[in-house]
Order: sequence, then C-alpha cells, then structure tokens
Amino acid sequence: MKNLNLASIAGLMAIVLSPVFTSFTVTAADKAEINTVATLRDHTKINTQKEPNPIPKVVNKDIKKARNYPMQPPVIPHTIRSYEVNRYNNKCMSCHSRQRTEKSQAPMVSVTHFMNRDGNFLAEISPRRYFCNQCHVTQLDTKPLVENTFTDMHSLMKQKTANTKEH
Amino acid sequence: MKNILIIGWKTLTKPSGYYSLGALVIGGFIAGIIFWGGFNTALEVTNTEAFCISCHEMENNVYEELKTTIHFTNRSGVRATCPDCHVPHNWTSKIARKMQASKEVWGALFGTINTREKFLVHRKRLAQNEWNRLKANDSLECRNCHNFDYMDFTEQSERASYQHSTALASGEKTCIDCHKGIAHQLPDMKGVEGW
Repeated sequence: MKNLNLASIAGLMAIVLSPVFTSFTVTAADKAEINTVATLRDHTKINTQKEPNPIPKVVNKDIKKARNYPMQPPVIPHTIRSYEVNRYNNKCMSCHSRQRTEKSQAPMVSVTHFMNRDGNFLAEISPRRYFCNQCHVTQLDTKPLVENTFTDMHSLMKQKTANTKEH
Repeated sequence: MKNILIIGWKTLTKPSGYYSLGALVIGGFIAGIIFWGGFNTALEVTNTEAFCISCHEMENNVYEELKTTIHFTNRSGVRATCPDCHVPHNWTSKIARKMQASKEVWGALFGTINTREKFLVHRKRLAQNEWNRLKANDSLECRNCHNFDYMDFTEQSERASYQHSTALASGEKTCIDCHKGIAHQLPDMKGVEGW
C-alpha cells in the first residue's frame, strides 16, 4: 500500500511538473525567438538599470493619416502636450466640438460620439465618448519596436481577385 | 498721550537747535539710502519663488502643477518662476500689484484656500483675476519673454503660424485668449470664451 502511494505521488508530480521541466529545456530555436521579441529592457541584466531610449518626437504635421479599416478611430496628427481632458474641461473640444469647427476648421467629432449605447442621439458628446485618448492617439516619429503585418481588407480583396484571375 | 503727541509735533515743526544743517542733510541722505535700499530689498525678497511657495497653498497646488509644464522644465533650461508671470516688471504696476496682494495675505492668514478642496472651489475666480489682468495689459508678462517681433513663423507648426500671423498679429487676440492653462491646471471652463 505504501509503495503504491509513493508511486501515485511520483506520477502526479510528473504530471504537475512536466510543463515546468519543458520550459527549462527550451530548444535553441525557441530561445532565439524569445530574444527577438522587443521589450523595453531588451537583454539588460536584471541587476542593471537600462539606459532609457530617447523619447521620439510626436508627429505634428496636421496631415490626416489613412485609416487601416473603416471603424478605426483616426489618429491625432498634432501634439497634445498638456491638453486637459478631465471632468472640468475637454481641451480637444475647444476645436473639434460641433460649435467650434467653423472657427477652427478642425474635423468635427463623428456623429457616433453623440449616440448613447441605445443608439439615441444626444445634444452633446455622450459621456461614454468623452475621454478622447481612450481611442485617439498621437503618432511618434520612430521605428516600430515590433513589425506590423496588418493587411487591410481592401488589399486582401485585391489580392484575392488577382489570384482567381490567374487560375 | 495727548501731551506726548503735542511735544512730538512741536519738535518736528521747530527748526533744529542742536544739529548742523550739513549733518541733517548728509544724515538724511544716508538714512534715505538705507531705508530705500531696505525697502527695495524687502520688495525683491517677496518677488522670489522661494517666498511664493513658503505658503503651502502655493506650494501644494499651483507650484506642483507648474512642475509638469514646459515653463518649469524644457530642453533649453530657461525657466519661468512665479513672479515672472504674476508680478509686473515696471515699478508702478509692481507696487500696485503688491498692494493688491495684501488681500492674499488676508487669505493666507484666514485660510481661505488652505485645503485642496477649498482651492478648487475658488479656482475659477482666481484664474479669472489673472486672465483679466493679462487681457487688460495685452499679455505683458508673456511678452516679457516671448517677443512677437522675433517669432519665426517658419519654425512653428502650420496651425500655430496661421493663428499667430493673423489673430495675434492684428491685435484681435492676445496670448492669454488661447493659451489658458499653460502653467497650471484649468478650472471648470464652462462659459469661458473659446471653450
């Protein structure tokens, strides 16, 4: 009985610990892949402080960027340093609100921002769309840390039609 | 009490019986230097950032907020301190502002804004005071450093150069009309023009 117990415990241990053991014995290929993933610390040893990367400049050209898909929130093509968006103020709205666009010639926030979650239109920006930076972000003038392989629907469809024509 | 006052007045109105005219003139001149110098030095002491933030109302609210802005830390290391923006530089306006500041001493003594909550309640009124002052003097304190004549529009972003070369150049707008809240957080801006 005692022997049986020991054997079952050993068996259980093997099952429980097997993922741990396998993670200790990663192959060389896996290691190479792990090391290519960009992190903020890169290969810095745990006991040293990494010298921070220089902070890239915010793109401030005021030129619209194409959207990658129709529902993408447009990115902000200008700096927004110290623009306050809080319960008292929304600096973005001093140009992008419906009332201000004539003066500022900035694009108006889209109609979806006036809808509540039941799809009813409100007179003012809906509270759930109030915090601009939840969806809209500035762009930095720098190389991306990770390559982006996103292909938009338009190019995919184009490719598909080209392929079917070939066959 | 009345007698003392009468003796004092008689002494002041009578010609000097003991001191020579020369001693009085030179003595008066030296005393003048000392008193005027002392007054000016004291005035300049109240015109330093260290003095401003010796009150915790200033240190914990507006000074903390200033720290995150470009007027506190930036690439070239040129800094604006409290009096650079909040105290006029020419003498008469400075004295006028200093006299107004006696109200602020009252506020400090009686703790009008001695907590963050109280400060936020009064924030709009306080901000309005500063906006009105800058609007009235055509943003003089901004212009003490930012000289319009030397602005290089080609170095500015398109939007900035457009606004500066039209509204600002024509005098239709002044700095503070657009640049509110550049050094401190804003109050509730409901009802403020342009918001």
